[in-house]
Amino acid sequence: MLAKRIIPCLDVKDGQVVKGVHFKNLRYAGKPTKLARMYDKQGADELVYLDISASPQGRKTIISVVEETAEQVFIPLTVGGGINEVDDIRSILKAGADKIAINTAAVKKPGIIKEGARKFGSQCIVSAIDAKRVYEEREDMISVDTPDGRCWFDVYVYGGRKSTGIDAIAWSKEVEKLGAGEILLTSMDADGTKMGFDLALTKKISEETNIPIISSGGAGTLGHIHEALTKGKADAALAASIFHYREYTVGDIKEYLREKGVTVRI
Amino acid sequence: MKPKIAIIDYGVGNLRSAQKGLASKGANAMIVEDEDAIDACDAIVLPGVGAFCDAMKQLRSFHELLLENVKKKPILGICLGMQLFFEESEEDGLHKGLSVMKGRVIRLPRSVKIPQMGWNTIEIKKESRLMAGIGSGGYFYFVHSYYALPREDVTVAATHYGVEIPAVVEKDNAYATQFHPEKSGKVGLRILENFVELAKEM
Repeated sequence: MLAKRIIPCLDVKDGQVVKGVHFKNLRYAGKPTKLARMYDKQGADELVYLDISASPQGRKTIISVVEETAEQVFIPLTVGGGINEVDDIRSILKAGADKIAINTAAVKKPGIIKEGARKFGSQCIVSAIDAKRVYEEREDMISVDTPDGRCWFDVYVYGGRKSTGIDAIAWSKEVEKLGAGEILLTSMDADGTKMGFDLALTKKISEETNIPIISSGGAGTLGHIHEALTKGKADAALAASIFHYREYTVGDIKEYLREKGVTVRI
Repeated sequence: MKPKIAIIDYGVGNLRSAQKGLASKGANAMIVEDEDAIDACDAIVLPGVGAFCDAMKQLRSFHELLLENVKKKPILGICLGMQLFFEESEEDGLHKGLSVMKGRVIRLPRSVKIPQMGWNTIEIKKESRLMAGIGSGGYFYFVHSYYALPREDVTVAATHYGVEIPAVVEKDNAYATQFHPEKSGKVGLRILENFVELAKEM
């Protein structure tokens, strides 16, 4: 049976891993490959490198980071952050990555998903969607009922800083049509709070699309991850802080999930 | 003596992981783009990520050479590479494959999310040197939207995702995996190690 996946995410700035929430109080936390090996040993199913370098020179360093990781770690690697052109995709895949996550660029130019999927295959293209709840009833937006009221979900770009007014549910169906192989869904409301994933958002998108969904944003306890993969109907859970601050290991999470009857790779 | 293994680059996907994986198990693994390099090697890897039809087009110059070489050297097909071994695929129309094995390639059923993306277990159906030291129940990394329906008894191991799917196939010198051994952690590297052993015998 296909297992649910646990995916640690590393923020990489100018070739180094950084720790911090919402780009504040960033502290250097070591070399990406070293941490990648550690998570691999812990049983991580995949890894995500999010490149948050600010400058074009900084961004170039991700290529050598990926090359180095590919020499030592043999589980799937997804790279995201600042990917704008099809040529960016090609060079990162060539360096040893398996999937590319595209966020802002896809909203600005949806054709990049289509072209990327056609050139490299859908399985290489992850559509990263950052979404924030808006508690208002609007006829033109797909809404869901939540314990806090009825809401729709607004797509955010530029690292979660700019609202687009685009319906996230509709956008997720669109990216599937364009050829995205997977969706990496981050709740802007939950991210950094450690109070749980946005289950209403995750469940709705999982029900409205037929491609795998990775839930991201809000993991604080083992129970949160279990919920995301069951109530939230996500296929995978991504987390950063709980791993970086050594609150839980991947093994802790998988043991818990297994005890609760969720199929995981142990 | 390190066996020479040629990984065919026909323009599709991440080859570096396969190269590094094979190298870590003692092979001199080279990514090759031209046909001359293939005759000089002990074994061949046919990787593959992307669409069947495009891949067959890109492989055109290697086609004859592969069919010649499979008679005398071990070849490992990975993912799309495995599908290319069969006679035809339904992906984007009906396209002819290499016909190294009898059977066709069809789309996964609509009852499941497509592609199958993630770790799934395999069940061993019969013995194979490619699977030495690996038993049923191990997890391997799959990412695919189509799967093979063999018309001959080539299935060594199978997995289940909506339907039973051949995970490993073997016929004479041709071996292939639907999953990515270079992305399946330790147990995947064991498969690469077994393939390197086969290459050493050349």
